[in-house]
Amino acid sequence: MINASDTVWMLIATALVMIMVPTLAFFYGGLVRKKNILSVLMQCMALLCVISIFWVTFGYSLAFGPDLGGLIGSLDWIGLSGVGLEPSPIYASTIPHQLFMAFQMMFAVITPALIVGTFVERIKFSGFLIFSLFWSAFIYCPLAHWIWAKGGWLAELGALDFAGGAVIHISAGIAALVFVFLIGERRGIEHRRYPHNLPFAVLGTGFLWFGWFGFNAGSAGAANTIAVAAFINTNTAAAAGGIIWMLVDWKKNEVPTLLGLATGIIAGLAAVTPGSGYISPMSALLIGSLSSMICFFFVEKVKAKFGYDDSLDVFGVHGIAGIVGIIGVGFFATKKINPDGANGLLYGELNQLLIQLLVVVVTIVFTAAGTFLLYKLVDKMVGMRVEERDEYVGLDLTQHHETGYTLID
Amino acid sequence: MKYVIAIIKPHRLESVKAELEKAEVHLMTVVDVIGCGRQKGITEVYRGIKEVNDLRRKIKIEIAVNNEFLDKTIEAITTGAGEGEIGDGKIFIFNMEECIRIRTKEKGKIAIG
Repeated sequence: MINASDTVWMLIATALVMIMVPTLAFFYGGLVRKKNILSVLMQCMALLCVISIFWVTFGYSLAFGPDLGGLIGSLDWIGLSGVGLEPSPIYASTIPHQLFMAFQMMFAVITPALIVGTFVERIKFSGFLIFSLFWSAFIYCPLAHWIWAKGGWLAELGALDFAGGAVIHISAGIAALVFVFLIGERRGIEHRRYPHNLPFAVLGTGFLWFGWFGFNAGSAGAANTIAVAAFINTNTAAAAGGIIWMLVDWKKNEVPTLLGLATGIIAGLAAVTPGSGYISPMSALLIGSLSSMICFFFVEKVKAKFGYDDSLDVFGVHGIAGIVGIIGVGFFATKKINPDGANGLLYGELNQLLIQLLVVVVTIVFTAAGTFLLYKLVDKMVGMRVEERDEYVGLDLTQHHETGYTLID
Repeated sequence: MKYVIAIIKPHRLESVKAELEKAEVHLMTVVDVIGCGRQKGITEVYRGIKEVNDLRRKIKIEIAVNNEFLDKTIEAITTGAGEGEIGDGKIFIFNMEECIRIRTKEKGKIAIG
């Protein structure tokens, strides 16, 4: 039975997650050098188009279709065959099935878009496009299936990932880490690697926070109390993450920085994502704060120590926050908020924590191995990195023959 | 005829312009520049990565003057831009070959002012 309120909310939530893609583009875009702004925007907008089509043809079926051995969906739902406007009996059964599909589509779009942050300013567009498509098909879809689909083996084991801490953030973060060791660091960054437009980055952050309400609260699949719980948790964790990073920044770098505040907010948001529909607001406060501290450590200390150029800290923020969040579910989940969830260690049960740890390990291993293989494959096919000279001139001019800003009218 | 290039601190532009107006020098070109001299740089920090940016923002003023205006112009700029600190700026004087007013094709002294 279609419930009108649920449908309205899920339509809005879907649109909210969609807006995160162009605004993520500006978040990342503002953090790169002027000569590469268009390349970042291009990559995100192109993904919005490509993965949208991939999803309604193959992707949805692979991720959520009838289960094959717990590992992947069959192609029964190829081209949305069998996915109509009546509700699905399994997924979000009070809204049209296609609406659930559309909501999930936005998650599938944003995950490869997150990885963009690690290879900015040196990625070849053709390699990027092919890699992202393969990655969506062979990494994202299986992971989504394992954790979210009916019959997915991790779901069967009781894994809890409300809105994609593992499926989206850990996977993107680990893919980024692997990618970065394969593609190498940017040239010329020892001279200048400033964000060229921090206002863009902060505008992006604001919209990401806004869209994240759809991301988390929409994962309830309905306009119910769990959606509200997720909404509150999202805001609380974002705020806590922002404050903590700002304070640590203030202490360690003498002044609170805007980029630090924005980064802390994202760290909080990413960490609360897997638990948003299972935990209490005070737990969200803790998770947001913890994540911010740990991400700060990884971004400012670990990266410097090992010297890898995870350019926009996809691993340092999304990867680490996702890991903190998934494990956090094992501590903070409570059936009082969501009876379909579980009770974590804080509420006296150890079991969920062990399952969550398994999710982390599986996601890391699968994503790392898969990304490595796909990178090597696509590198052989078309190459992943631009020529040295092109990198110095900038991707906008060399990959797209366009400039973002004119010096003269 | 002389060509004067002055590098000054950005926030002194208004007072320099006011002094130049008093000296009856009204024509100039102004542009945003960055440069380094003896003034120390500012440390910027982005996600913990500290960069000492020794290229600091300045304003460049370019003025073409007739010889009899040269001293007044230098005086005006010095008064308007000076703060008694390192970083106040510099003035460069060049001999100017020719000056042409595009609208009327006039040349020389009358073209300048």
